[in-house]
Amino acid sequence: MRTSLLSVSLITLLALAGCGSQPAAPEQAGAGIEDRSPSAVTTPGVAPVTAGQLDQYGLAALKDPKSPLSKRSIYFDYDSYVVKDEYKALLEQHARFLAKNGQMKMLIQGNADERGSREYNLALGQKRAEAVKKALLLLGAKEDQLESVSLGEEKPACTEATESCWAQNRRGDMLYSGEF
Amino acid sequence: MKKFKSLLAAGALLAAAASGALAQLSIEITGAGANRIPVAVADFAGERGVSQALTSVIRADLERSGLFQLVDTAGAALNENTVPNHAEWKGKGADALAAGSVNTTPDGRYETRFRLYDTQKQAAIAGQALAHASNQIRTTAHRIADTIYEKLTGERGIFSTRIAYVVKGAGRYELQIADADGNGAQSALASREPIISPAWSPDGGKLAYVSFEAKKPIIYVHDLATGKRHVVANFKGSNSAPAWSPDGRKLAVVLTKDGGSQLYLVNADGSGVTRLASSAGIDTEPHFSPDGQFIYFTSDRGGSPQVYRLPVAGGAAQRVTFDGSYNVTPRLSPDGKTLAFVTRSDGRFRVAAMDLATRQVQVLTDTAKDESPSFAPNGRMILFATEVGGRGVLAAVSTDGRVKQRLSVQAADVREPAWGPFH
Repeated sequence: MRTSLLSVSLITLLALAGCGSQPAAPEQAGAGIEDRSPSAVTTPGVAPVTAGQLDQYGLAALKDPKSPLSKRSIYFDYDSYVVKDEYKALLEQHARFLAKNGQMKMLIQGNADERGSREYNLALGQKRAEAVKKALLLLGAKEDQLESVSLGEEKPACTEATESCWAQNRRGDMLYSGEF
Repeated sequence: MKKFKSLLAAGALLAAAASGALAQLSIEITGAGANRIPVAVADFAGERGVSQALTSVIRADLERSGLFQLVDTAGAALNENTVPNHAEWKGKGADALAAGSVNTTPDGRYETRFRLYDTQKQAAIAGQALAHASNQIRTTAHRIADTIYEKLTGERGIFSTRIAYVVKGAGRYELQIADADGNGAQSALASREPIISPAWSPDGGKLAYVSFEAKKPIIYVHDLATGKRHVVANFKGSNSAPAWSPDGRKLAVVLTKDGGSQLYLVNADGSGVTRLASSAGIDTEPHFSPDGQFIYFTSDRGGSPQVYRLPVAGGAAQRVTFDGSYNVTPRLSPDGKTLAFVTRSDGRFRVAAMDLATRQVQVLTDTAKDESPSFAPNGRMILFATEVGGRGVLAAVSTDGRVKQRLSVQAADVREPAWGPFH
């Protein structure tokens, strides 16, 4: 199925390419029954539009596991919303990417472990998301590119009641345009 | 392990499908009051002809409250017009006796009548006639139980009130409304994304809540009878923790639009947002005092999350809790005299009550993961969420800590309870 779609679009592309090299068809009178002159075959075209200027290589890096930009999570200590020094390099990479791609937006989702009040954990997740946002702003990202929200304890990455699991849930996640 | 989990989830789904999506809450009583009033509720004449037993619901209501001792009536044939042998009932240990009848009316409906007798005074102390349809037997029973409760304890009964809570199933969240005894659950909202913090409007007609259906927390107000709902707050960032003002016209909410979780007031239709307070840290979980003068809330402005209160008319916030490093989710009793909250000690989160006059604190539960306390409208019980065997259940405890109940739905996680008002 995928192959046949691909070949159709290849044919379309070839046809479009062909069209471009042909001289414009002469103006014709209404086709009478006796008129045997061929009518021009037209193919509907698709004109690709780029919204803004995309940094193609940078976008690919967002998903490339070898690129630091594919790493999107910042982990926090219990009851804390301080971004630890070990994440500075990672945040620098993301801030640089955002500065270079002004049309890119980022949603920062803060999370908390399950212990305690849901609403307090929502506020704690918000503080974590904002701490990540502040760091990115200081490192060159723009305010209108970033929104920090909280998922509180509602979307745990790990659901067991153990410290190693809770540590995975005290987290800020960075999502780029198209991912949220 | 992952595979095993998804198999389990599939099994739970099948079980839910087989038993109907709305499994009943079952209630287990795990503690009772010290001085229970002995009361006899005789079978009502004619109730056998009605599909559901009326008196069994009345007895269950009274028993569940933990304030009554049910005296066996051994099938005594009485109705509201029979003059009971008071000495005989007193001899069986009953301080009070209820007797009644159910009759069909010409229009195919029912009329239930009953009288409540004081066996000591040897006199009728209450009587009631209720007209109802065949599908209102339970409602009628709750009304009668409320009358008996009020006559014998001097405070209003809560058996006719409703509760709201969230059930988490496999990839599904449901905001449900049930009778206070867990029966008659109805789904008000189903979503793939979390629903938290339901709050009843003072008239009991609406719920405000936080839904994550748009991938971030947004506050809605939902009219239960019509199912119509509207967005109250959807600002940049998170929108959460709605709390109704006692007149039902405004909501205190938490917004992060200006940076940080901060308290705001908004009209119930979503208009007129004003800032209530300003702090460098977290301010959340606002809750109005019943007189509307104060907003109690949780703040970490002093270094750890504690309960504070703020005059709505303006002025400085005062700290209310001092013991321990984690005191959250303040909720005031309907008379404004008791503050319920969740306190952490030794890694356990438990419901505690503070007498606001003496500032004395009593921890009420022996569980470890308590959340979301909510007072019954008569102030007698506090409904809350906790965890038993890794599963979310609802529980209730009396404000003196003596009466304890557990409400659970089979094979589901229940959380975020809110006890509705009188209606």
